[in-house]
Amino acid sequence: MTVAACPGCIALAPSVDTARKGVPDTEAAVYLALPQIRCAACIAGVEGVLAKLPSVKAARVNLSAKRVRLVLAPGCDASTALQALNDAGFDAHELDATALRPANDDAGRRLLARAAVAGFAMMNVMAISVAVWSGAGDVTRVMFHWVSAVIALPALAFSAVPFFASAWGALRAGRVNMDVPIALAILLAAATSLYETFAARGAHTWFDAALSLTFFLLVGRYLEHRARATARSAAAELTALELPRATRLTATGRETVDVAVLMPDDRIALAAGARAPVDGIAETAAMVDRSALTGEADPVALAAGGLVCAGEVILGAPLTLRATHRAEDSTLRRLAALVEVAETGKHRYSGIADRAARLYAPVVHGLAAVAFAVWWALTGDLHHAIAVATATLIITCPCALALAIPAVTAAMTGRLFRAGVLLKSPTALERLADIDTVVFDKTGTLTEGVAVLPALDPGAASVALSLAQASHHPASRALAASLAGQAPAELRDVVEVAGKGVTALWNGEPVGLVRGEDGPELHLPDRCIPLPLTETPRPGTAALIAALRAGGWQVAMVTGDTSARAAALAAKLGIDQIHAGVLPYEKVDLVRGMTEQGRRVLMVGDGLNDTAALAAAHASLAPGSALDAARVASDGVILGGTLGTVAQTLSLARRARSRIKQNLALAAAYNCVAIPVAVMGFATPLMAAAVMSSSSILVVLNALRR
Amino acid sequence: MNILIVLIPVSICLGAAGLIACLWTLRSGQYEDLEGDAARILLEDDMCVEGEEG
Repeated sequence: MTVAACPGCIALAPSVDTARKGVPDTEAAVYLALPQIRCAACIAGVEGVLAKLPSVKAARVNLSAKRVRLVLAPGCDASTALQALNDAGFDAHELDATALRPANDDAGRRLLARAAVAGFAMMNVMAISVAVWSGAGDVTRVMFHWVSAVIALPALAFSAVPFFASAWGALRAGRVNMDVPIALAILLAAATSLYETFAARGAHTWFDAALSLTFFLLVGRYLEHRARATARSAAAELTALELPRATRLTATGRETVDVAVLMPDDRIALAAGARAPVDGIAETAAMVDRSALTGEADPVALAAGGLVCAGEVILGAPLTLRATHRAEDSTLRRLAALVEVAETGKHRYSGIADRAARLYAPVVHGLAAVAFAVWWALTGDLHHAIAVATATLIITCPCALALAIPAVTAAMTGRLFRAGVLLKSPTALERLADIDTVVFDKTGTLTEGVAVLPALDPGAASVALSLAQASHHPASRALAASLAGQAPAELRDVVEVAGKGVTALWNGEPVGLVRGEDGPELHLPDRCIPLPLTETPRPGTAALIAALRAGGWQVAMVTGDTSARAAALAAKLGIDQIHAGVLPYEKVDLVRGMTEQGRRVLMVGDGLNDTAALAAAHASLAPGSALDAARVASDGVILGGTLGTVAQTLSLARRARSRIKQNLALAAAYNCVAIPVAVMGFATPLMAAAVMSSSSILVVLNALRR
Repeated sequence: MNILIVLIPVSICLGAAGLIACLWTLRSGQYEDLEGDAARILLEDDMCVEGEEG
């Protein structure tokens, strides 16, 4: 037997033993994210690597969630496990367990249980109905109706609660929503069927229709819930990914510690663009971005001594924060806010589902009411008029319509997640389908910076390191990485200007790490040293650009870098639209300008200078390595080191939109046939069952096909 | 047709058994890692599992 290898485990050494013991829930567990695992060999590899470590008591991989749950020996932390996994070639990140906790999905489980009960009752009643449809005689027929009633009524009383509750809530508030016709149809069907059973007139009963209605609607509700839960858990996963470490300032220097061990009065160094890990007091004046907490996009100016809440993003200058709360006291509020922002999505965009629902309820109510009035007026037979109105309500009920959109969204979000793209906003998929232009940020998104340093004397090196540490710009990160091991210099008044660089005072004299003609330059009081950076495109970037252009998307690159360097890279990657020398606020104008020309822009960026453009674009993606600020502003995050999934995401989104339209058309076509029949009074329970089941199944199959 | 008096309860009981089994799988968290469970069947308990290169 062969086990297909995937890119995540090519580097894998043969494993010995896989720790397949379940991990008991009672012990404290640590979660690691494994964005690149994809197959059975990965599971065996990860669990095998971990089983060899003495510090790990038990490990269990969850392939769907792409994470592993560890129980550690007392007194150990996850660092050895992380190290071992990285050595074995697995990309592993620690997740913050407190942020993942609310992923516990009770609402989804309740919906599934209701659907299971409805499905069970539906199948039994249908089996009995087959006998009725095929012409069971008088007494048998009455008995079958009684048996159906005994099964259906309790099942409906349990399963249909969500529809009754939501309809009642809407009616009490004086509104009409999707659930009002549904609840009305279920109630009317149950009531008229019960009446027919008691009266024993041998007329139609609708128990099977009421149950299958409930069942298909519950399945649609569950899929919708799943899609929303995926968006929510994506938000939680992002939060969990970015948390665990903070840089604490001590008497001897800076040390990297787990956020959980931060105590009140600790001093924490925050680079520009970093997110505050705990609530605290700013030691100097600062600008903060509170969008994650309030949804307000405008940055807020803080005076020295101002309060910074966990989750706020520091803009402009690096900041020293004096903690006032421990992480676990600050985390909850921040998390709740993040989830809320993710859930509200982009308000200005109303999805196809909303528009369909707004159209639907009045049409169905109107049709049923008209059918009732006309039949009563024409025949004077109240009983028959009610029967026709019930049939109309049942047949037009939106089984297929309720499944049309959630089935597609759930299938596509799942496929994207497996490809390594996390979508945070529920409407992101629909917005991605509109995209015709893709704008890439250059540094950090298309390229990875690697510093090739000239020989620096210790003084210059220590100043360069301190300046580089103050910023999260990819060039700074590359510099800081190559200077690691030097002692950082003491700097004061460190200021980062997005798009320009970092400046500070060293022994009272100005120094800076700023953007020069050919890459970063180190400005010292007496001289200026160019620090050449070679930029290598991320793997798969050229193929991505080619795929995008072949798919008909326009590709543009925007950068604050000089035009010569930008042009060289663009020529290598095959990009023809270049906007070089662009300042951060001009990036927003560029995106807005394209939007005004009627283009729908996807912004892909990772830096402090991209956040405004990410928020302004029709849809936005950020690589997983991006700054907190950029990840908060964007609709989705690309996990794993390559950008290759951008083209896949866009074409999947387009396919999702065309599937949604096909499904809506299918559902509408069914209704076009069924409604005239129902209104004219020819509808039978057999027909209702056939129409509802076949249209629902067709719609789901259409959503699931490749 | 009197056989129906036996058959209908029997069919309902069988269905109910299925329903109870389904609710049990739901409670015991068997749907939490469907992909992982599908992949794990490929692993053998004591054997080395090696990815094929390429």
